[in-house]
Amino acid sequence: MAGPTPDERPHPTGRRDEHGVRKEPDHGPEPTRRATVSALVEDEPGVLARAAGLFRRRQFNIESLTVGPTTVEGHSRITLVVEETEAGIEQAKKQLAKLTPVIAVGELSGDAVAAELVLLKVRGEEPDKVHAITSMYDGQTLDAGPRTITVQITGDENTIDDAIDAFDQFGIIEIARTGQTALERGDSPTTPGEEPGHSAGETDDDEFTNYDD
Amino acid sequence: MEETDDDRASDPRRRARRGRRRGRTDRAERPDEADAEPTDEPTADAAAARAEAATRSPGTGANAVIAALEAAGVETAFGVQGGAIMPVYDALSASSIHHVTMAHEGAVHAADAYGIVRGDPGVCMATSGPGATNLVTGIADASMDSDAMLALTGQVPSDMVGSDAFQETDTVGVTAPITKHNYFASDSDDVGRTVGEAFALAGTGRPGPTLVDLPKDVTFGETDRPVGEPAAPDRAIPDAEADDRQVEEAASAIQRAERPLCLFGGGVIKGDATEEARAFAREFGIPVVTTMPGIGSFPEDEDLCLSWAGMHGTGYANMAITHTDCLIAVGTRFDDRLTGGVDTFAPEAEVVHVDIDPAEISKNVHADYPVIGDAATVLDQLDAAIGYADAPDTAAWREQCAAWREQYPMDYAIDPDEPVKPQFVVEAFDAAMDDDAYVTTGVGQHQMWAAQYWTYREPRTFVSSHGLGTMGYGLPAAIGARVAADDDRQVISFEGDGSFLMTIQELSVAVRENLDVTIVVLNNEYIGMVRQWQDAFFEGNHMASQYDWMPEFDTLAEAFGAKGFRIDEYDDVEGVVEEALAYDGPSVVDAHIDPEENVYPMVASGAANGQFALAEDQL
Ligand SMILES: Cc1ncc(C[n+]2csc(CCOP(=O)(O)OP(=O)(O)O)c2C)c(N)n1
Repeated sequence: MAGPTPDERPHPTGRRDEHGVRKEPDHGPEPTRRATVSALVEDEPGVLARAAGLFRRRQFNIESLTVGPTTVEGHSRITLVVEETEAGIEQAKKQLAKLTPVIAVGELSGDAVAAELVLLKVRGEEPDKVHAITSMYDGQTLDAGPRTITVQITGDENTIDDAIDAFDQFGIIEIARTGQTALERGDSPTTPGEEPGHSAGETDDDEFTNYDD
Repeated sequence: MEETDDDRASDPRRRARRGRRRGRTDRAERPDEADAEPTDEPTADAAAARAEAATRSPGTGANAVIAALEAAGVETAFGVQGGAIMPVYDALSASSIHHVTMAHEGAVHAADAYGIVRGDPGVCMATSGPGATNLVTGIADASMDSDAMLALTGQVPSDMVGSDAFQETDTVGVTAPITKHNYFASDSDDVGRTVGEAFALAGTGRPGPTLVDLPKDVTFGETDRPVGEPAAPDRAIPDAEADDRQVEEAASAIQRAERPLCLFGGGVIKGDATEEARAFAREFGIPVVTTMPGIGSFPEDEDLCLSWAGMHGTGYANMAITHTDCLIAVGTRFDDRLTGGVDTFAPEAEVVHVDIDPAEISKNVHADYPVIGDAATVLDQLDAAIGYADAPDTAAWREQCAAWREQYPMDYAIDPDEPVKPQFVVEAFDAAMDDDAYVTTGVGQHQMWAAQYWTYREPRTFVSSHGLGTMGYGLPAAIGARVAADDDRQVISFEGDGSFLMTIQELSVAVRENLDVTIVVLNNEYIGMVRQWQDAFFEGNHMASQYDWMPEFDTLAEAFGAKGFRIDEYDDVEGVVEEALAYDGPSVVDAHIDPEENVYPMVASGAANGQFALAEDQL
């Protein structure tokens, strides 16, 4: 004896959204936000590829990724900017923390200091004007020839965007941006448990903790 | 030259291995032995041998690799020889580790199943290039199912890496996304320690596959450095105990519930938490559904158990999951084959999610009460936090679940003049075999019937490819399970004709090793699961799914040196079951079943669990 058919069975009216959160019926799409995530990693071959591969495979929307050594020998810092929903950002951090060479992961607060470097190659017809704009953005001229001028600007993302707009009038030939790198302001550690290494006068390398600690 | 039975019996290594298997009590608790002292503690001899391996001076990188495996207590490895891995095999010849030479690097499936049955990482080996790439499917499979496994691959010499040398593949690159972690060994002095770390890491926390790529110069190279005890990196060792506040909040959610439901996933089995899980559900009278990987975590013949939920799960499990108000999910990753459409999954439930892996929390289904920790420990913590007096009253809810069980029984119709129903074959073997027999499967309809119509009572007894759904898994897995299991436990593999044909060459291994396994091919001359979907969703267009060129599997089995049987009608079943099980060695039962039979219940992909169809016209 078979029970009621699919249509005749009782069905709860509740629903979940795409993240499996129970929701109100008029629930709209989840908003996204940009997050800067910092990962302290073991400096071993392939670690950058692992992080990048993870983000690609899980389809996290990654805006920039930078990497470089820290004060502790054998450790590097990867700084990622992602644009995701709140749930996506949480997942991205957890998945990153799961990679074996990753020591700790932190999301930077709005208060953090962030900077990016851009190289701009523009047409050299109006060197004085180019120079004026470069000074305005506290930049440096790295190469000035009869046909092209290459300048370097550093600053937070808005400054860089503004600078690019300003240089646009000369005709930008080439551009290279590094992507953002960032540190937490003041005494706050950038990733949980992070402590300074030898070059900062401290000696203990081993006091790093898990993201979940 | 033929090896006689006497030769086999007198082979010292074989004898040693059988002895070990006999001496060992499986982790799976048997009801009558629940209070018995655990006897799978390493013997003093074994511990001494491990300590010796950890401290001896290896001599070469390859010896260090083997010493690391010995120090980890590895007894068996599965693999195929080849150029770049030759130094390791050469070193293996002097070891007590038993190597099962496979016909194909499907060795990885054997190692996977071995690991599932033993509860320790299985080990497989392959050469560089094609050897390594042949492991890829099985590594991905292990990764999806959180199976602890160590893969060792040969690699071209370091100075040729990157030159597209003969049999070179970027194995670390290829396997990075499908391993828990992988290593490129770059130094003979470190290689042993690395292999030990990889082994330990595979079984630590949430289990998974690890891989060490071994360039030939590194394994050939000299080293005197002892490998030491295998140890996972500290960071990778999660806390077993959950945060008290998390536990208390989850406990009070459970106390408040009127329709609580336990959902036990593969993590309950992988985490050796079946005892605690059973105790928890029984103490509070909370009905249980499992996921497919969770099959065996709770005895399916107990009233409280509604079997498994999901696409082809029971109607009553899917009803329960649809109507629960508090889902206590332990060790599950909420795969879409379980949840159907996330929007309609357990829509009224507050979700308590217990998992060792924080990244699983709220990945697919939001956890209202995340509890991060080891399943066994957390279940004990929850148990203590709830307390008997405060347990929810589940009498009415259990009655409702029982009513659903009556309304939607697992059933099929038999007509003695029609072809044999596959469900009948599964049930016949279940009835004739022990309660703790191991069942492995391929992937397709037969896998679902083996999951639905066999009554599982013990953990680790359903050995199947869940997350990846790998056809060809069943036979090599049966080999791995057979080698891992105690001699008194039976092993059966349910295969589809298509799945069996994918790794049938491993029959030669089962014959050579004289492994007592019964392989039952539920032969419908279709790749049936595809045909079922084509009938339901592609107007019956059987594009590339009709396999009426299948060989005679019983005859083919005999050609391999195995025993062949055939079932054509109901009258054949009883006799064949008896004879096949009585045969001491590999036997193949070619069971010609109703080619049109389909798997029901079925939740269409993305649909609500409660909308399961019982026949095609309900889809
Ligand atoms: C390696 C691989 N290739 C293709 C598939 C897709 N697939 C899923 S089920 C199935 C049919 C399996 O046929 P068979 O083994 O004969 O089992 P049956 O469904 O007939 O019981 C196929 C082709 C798969 N799961 N694995």
